Amino acid sequence: MAEKEFDTDGFDFSEVEKRLGVSRRTFLTFCMGVAGSLGLSTKSAFAMAKAIAEPKMRPPVIWLHGQECTGPTESLLRSEQPSLAHLILDMISLDYHQTLDAGAGHKVEEIKKKSMEANKGKYLLVVEGAIPVNDGGIYCKIAGETMLDLTREAAEHAAAIVAFGSCASWGGVQSASPNPTGAKGAQAVLTGKTVVNIPGCPPNPANFLGTVLYFVTFGKLPPLDAQNRPKWAYGRLIHENCYRRPHFDAGRFASEFGDEGHKLGHCLYKLGCKGPETYNNCPSLEFNNVGGGVWPIGVGHPCFGCSEEGIGFNKPMFALADVKTHTPPNNFPNIDDRQSSSGVSPGAAALGGAAVGAVVGATLVAAKKLSASDDSSNSDDQNS
Amino acid sequence: MKRRDFLKGSLQSGAAVLTGGALAPITAEARPNFQPKEDAIGMLFDSTLCVGCKACVAKCKEVNDMPPVTESEIRAWDEARDLSGDTLNVIKTYKNGDASTKDAETNGFAFEKRSCMHCVDPGCVSVCPVTALTQHEKTGIVSYNPDACIGCRNCMAGCPYNVPQFQYDKPFGQINKCQMCNQKGVERIDNGLLTGCSEVCPTGATLFGTRSALLAEAKRRMELKPGDTYTYPRGDVRNPGSYHDKRVPTYKQHIWGEIEAGGTNVMHISSISFDKLGLPPLGERSACSVAEGVQHSLYSYLALPAVLMAGLSYVVKRNTDEEGEGS
Repeated sequence: MAEKEFDTDGFDFSEVEKRLGVSRRTFLTFCMGVAGSLGLSTKSAFAMAKAIAEPKMRPPVIWLHGQECTGPTESLLRSEQPSLAHLILDMISLDYHQTLDAGAGHKVEEIKKKSMEANKGKYLLVVEGAIPVNDGGIYCKIAGETMLDLTREAAEHAAAIVAFGSCASWGGVQSASPNPTGAKGAQAVLTGKTVVNIPGCPPNPANFLGTVLYFVTFGKLPPLDAQNRPKWAYGRLIHENCYRRPHFDAGRFASEFGDEGHKLGHCLYKLGCKGPETYNNCPSLEFNNVGGGVWPIGVGHPCFGCSEEGIGFNKPMFALADVKTHTPPNNFPNIDDRQSSSGVSPGAAALGGAAVGAVVGATLVAAKKLSASDDSSNSDDQNS
Repeated sequence: MKRRDFLKGSLQSGAAVLTGGALAPITAEARPNFQPKEDAIGMLFDSTLCVGCKACVAKCKEVNDMPPVTESEIRAWDEARDLSGDTLNVIKTYKNGDASTKDAETNGFAFEKRSCMHCVDPGCVSVCPVTALTQHEKTGIVSYNPDACIGCRNCMAGCPYNVPQFQYDKPFGQINKCQMCNQKGVERIDNGLLTGCSEVCPTGATLFGTRSALLAEAKRRMELKPGDTYTYPRGDVRNPGSYHDKRVPTYKQHIWGEIEAGGTNVMHISSISFDKLGLPPLGERSACSVAEGVQHSLYSYLALPAVLMAGLSYVVKRNTDEEGEGS
């Protein structure tokens, strides 16, 4: 790699080393990893490193919890790099987070209000959990206010809004029928605002970190798909990158848990795997960064479709998925295709040759005899 | 020999045979279609359930011990494009426009299975001069006896679905077609098993059973309301190995094989009209029920060859006599 790409313009990382308690090397490796999973260049990785190291670029973050199990936060706390908890707290200025705040009660609520006032239009809002809207939203209250009001209030002056987890993205488990509380995702209650969705139950922390770091570095959101999910993470079906896919294409399936096909690692489609209709990057990122195929399909359970609206918590766990390949594979024959002749085998060619030879020989002999008998008068001329 | 002499001889001796009544009466009357056998074994292919995994194609090759067909030098997997001497079953694709929606006629795609339809009134059996192709008395399975076959390939012309295929690349080629996994040496049906393809199908797109049970299932699906959830059986329709729930698509109100050319034991249902899926336009009458009256009469008891032989003998005899007189 060119020397220039490693050029950090003499940036002093000693400050960040001290602040985060990690070596410069560990820190840069982490940034490189995040940039890599986003599909960005090394240059961007260094831009990211600088953005994190520069304290003045750290945006304040208001983090709200609605109807949920705190799964996304738990997932984030267990993300891969050892010093990630440090990093996430130092990369952003986490002004309000109900799970991680040291303080409690009126004090933290006061800090939140102050921060939102002071950082109008600059703070990042992260919503975790669904928002109930039935009966005026009374089914989820924090500090005497409904989650619905809190979300709308915080979203009003947010620079960007990220919905982290399936609950915040599209409602999650509580939005499944009969949905008595009218649980909805952040996007559904914040009409007219762009909400970046990072669905998953739990979502992969890398998808959140990557998106936030992109925002911190470039000051804008990464490219999003029709459902406002970052394309770099949710651009492809699990089915497309799944390492059990060759088994699907060859028609090899596990029919029940523990059968021969299951033991051999065959495709889990027949057991109800939702990979063919779920957009996520689980097959390439896996979970917990420990390798060894740590994610549902990797450990032998069909994908549940946790991140896909209308699939996870909605479709029966073992119901077959609709295979959403964009178009049928190119190597499939068309209706009017005919099999081109696969050529002639050596054996057939030899036999055919022998047959032709025999016929030719017999014809010659017959012709000779015929002409001999027919033209007996001048046979000498003909046959000499 | 003069053309006139030959024809004269043929006609004279033919007339003699006819008036003598030595042969069975030659009637060119068309018989009605055969009726489905009571316990006929069949399959139902539901195109809307097929996900194109080709498990059926792979299993078919395994059960029938056939090599993969590859077109490129990379022998990654079976690339059969159609039925052939080495392929008894193939999944084909209908594509239109951007092919983005499954089971849509415009801008959509669909999967369609090609394999022997096991006609109730099979053309291949009718045209085979040596009874190498036969229909089983009870199961209605159309099977092939390579020891009887003379390789005339009449069956290929007699099949409306282009199913029987000849092994052109072999020194002693045979006709190959699906025999419902019940040919000599395989005999899965006789042993109480299903056909290979219906056994492995993960969605029940290929369903096994008796023709009557499958027809009842197909009719049931025609009645379903699109968008509802239906519990689809897998394996044998009479005793399914497992079930799965799926949203009901908008079926075309047409069960291919219910009446087409006398009906088939392998039936198809789909969301796309069958002409787009490559099935031929067939009336209710089977072609062989119409043609057999003439064709079989001409050849019964070797009548036509006998007539020709008699004609030839007559001409040869007359010519010999003339020559004898002349010399």
